[in-house]
Amino acid sequence: MPRNENWTEAQPIVALHDVHKSFGTFEVLKGIDIEVMKGEVVCIIGPSGSGKSTLIRTINGLTPVSKGSVKVEGIEVHDAKLDKLALRRKVGIVFQQYNLFPHRTVLENVMMAPLLVLKENRSEVEARARTLLEKVKLRDKEDAYPAELSGGQQQRVAIARSLCMRPDVMLFDEVTAALDPETVKEVLMTIKDLATDGMTCMLVTHEMGFAREISDRVYFTDAGRIVESGPPAQIFDAPQDPRTQEFLSKVL
Amino acid sequence: MLDLIAPFFERLNETTGLNFSPFYDSYDWGRLVEGMTVSVKLIAAIIALSLVIGVVGAGAQTSRLKLVRGLVAAYIEVFRNTPPIVQLLFFYFGLGAITPQVDMGGWYEPMIGSFGWAVIAIGIFGGSYNVEIFRSGVEAVPDSTKEAAESLGFSGFQIFVYVTLPLAFRICLPALTNNIISLAKTSSLAYVIAVPEITYSLSGIWSDSVNVPEMMVLLFAYYIVLVAIIARVMTMIERRLALPGYGQ
Ligand SMILES: Nc1ncnc2c1ncn2[C@@H]1O[C@H](COP(=O)(O)OP(=O)(O)OP(=O)(O)O)[C@@H](O)[C@H]1O
Ligand SMILES: [Mg+2]
Repeated sequence: MPRNENWTEAQPIVALHDVHKSFGTFEVLKGIDIEVMKGEVVCIIGPSGSGKSTLIRTINGLTPVSKGSVKVEGIEVHDAKLDKLALRRKVGIVFQQYNLFPHRTVLENVMMAPLLVLKENRSEVEARARTLLEKVKLRDKEDAYPAELSGGQQQRVAIARSLCMRPDVMLFDEVTAALDPETVKEVLMTIKDLATDGMTCMLVTHEMGFAREISDRVYFTDAGRIVESGPPAQIFDAPQDPRTQEFLSKVL
Repeated sequence: MLDLIAPFFERLNETTGLNFSPFYDSYDWGRLVEGMTVSVKLIAAIIALSLVIGVVGAGAQTSRLKLVRGLVAAYIEVFRNTPPIVQLLFFYFGLGAITPQVDMGGWYEPMIGSFGWAVIAIGIFGGSYNVEIFRSGVEAVPDSTKEAAESLGFSGFQIFVYVTLPLAFRICLPALTNNIISLAKTSSLAYVIAVPEITYSLSGIWSDSVNVPEMMVLLFAYYIVLVAIIARVMTMIERRLALPGYGQ
């Protein structure tokens, strides 16, 4: 992405303004406004089908918006002239289903994008990949294939794979939803370490305890709108909107 | 080699009348070896061409341009729904007649010989099946895996080469094996345009030595062994590419 000279860290690193998205005649996002500052951790919660995945996918351009603006570091993501590849260096995403490359080893999975996309030097990338695998505690699995790993391990590889592109923002879409309860924790720990290191994170999650613990701000979405947002203590302990109250009473 | 087996086959001919002339007559032996060599080269070239066409065609089928997709579809329709022998004759006599001749210093030779036309015709025929085979493989690669590559900044071309194709290839390997074996067998059609492959050279032998049944047996044996070898090689490739823990 072209460096935006006008953007400073005093401004939001991710800014969604009046974002609408329709699939055919079905409007999934009905005007979303979110601003995230550098280093912030933001959680998006809400009932199934409320548009959380769609919302998070608009931020790295995987899903185009119908109307409104999405800016990362001050640059419009949905500008037709924008170099999409460059955007994706800035924004990493991790999915619910890990989506590793099954024909590549763990180490290769992590190294592939920097080598192919950034055309970086192999030995540098390899060193960085190993450091990241160390960080997600999978150094001993670097030669394994994804199908030989547990879900939690695969998800940590997916996180390392994203991080190896050295993004400025990380998006997580229900990354623990497909995991066994025991392995959920190891993935959450990894994300928490990342947040502690100052990475800007946006998470869609059903792990309310985790959302409360980790986030600076929580957004509650319902039917394509942000119903309520605020610091976690406020959202979880004193929700204002009846829809938030109802949702939380079901999941807590 | 021939010295070793010749006495046996000479005796066999004298005592039983079973005339395996290539196994004691050095001229026929030469024809047999030449026939097998040309056959193997022909098959290798046909398979190579059909694979290239298959990959390129399957790639083109994912094109955004409707015209490109339409052309690929038309190609498949034409070559899958007409007999390969008609295609071969069409290429050799139809297109062969209008391709330019090359000056060989006094005499003229066609730019593409019968071997070349056999490779082109049967390769294109086999390619039409390979496009469909690769396409089914390509379609079986989950969108989510490709999306992960996209979100890491891979270009469309990089996604196809580094993610879709390696996975699709593994998925369609069994179907590919079938088609490759079928192509190896179809290569014998080159006989009709006088490519000196095994069927053609054995037919030369049997018309000289009047030993049709024996040469037929030999021809059968050749193809049985050849197909067994190809099947074996494909199984080895399948094993080599198998991913630990994947798809079981
Ligand atoms: N590509 C698409 N085409 C058509 N409709 C879609 C598409 N993607 C999502 N939708 C619809 O948009 C709505 C919101 O989907 P989305 O996946 O964003 O919800 P979500 O909040 O992430 O739900 P969940 O918690 O179940 O993951 C759903 O009704 C879904 O069916
Ligand atoms: Mg979702």
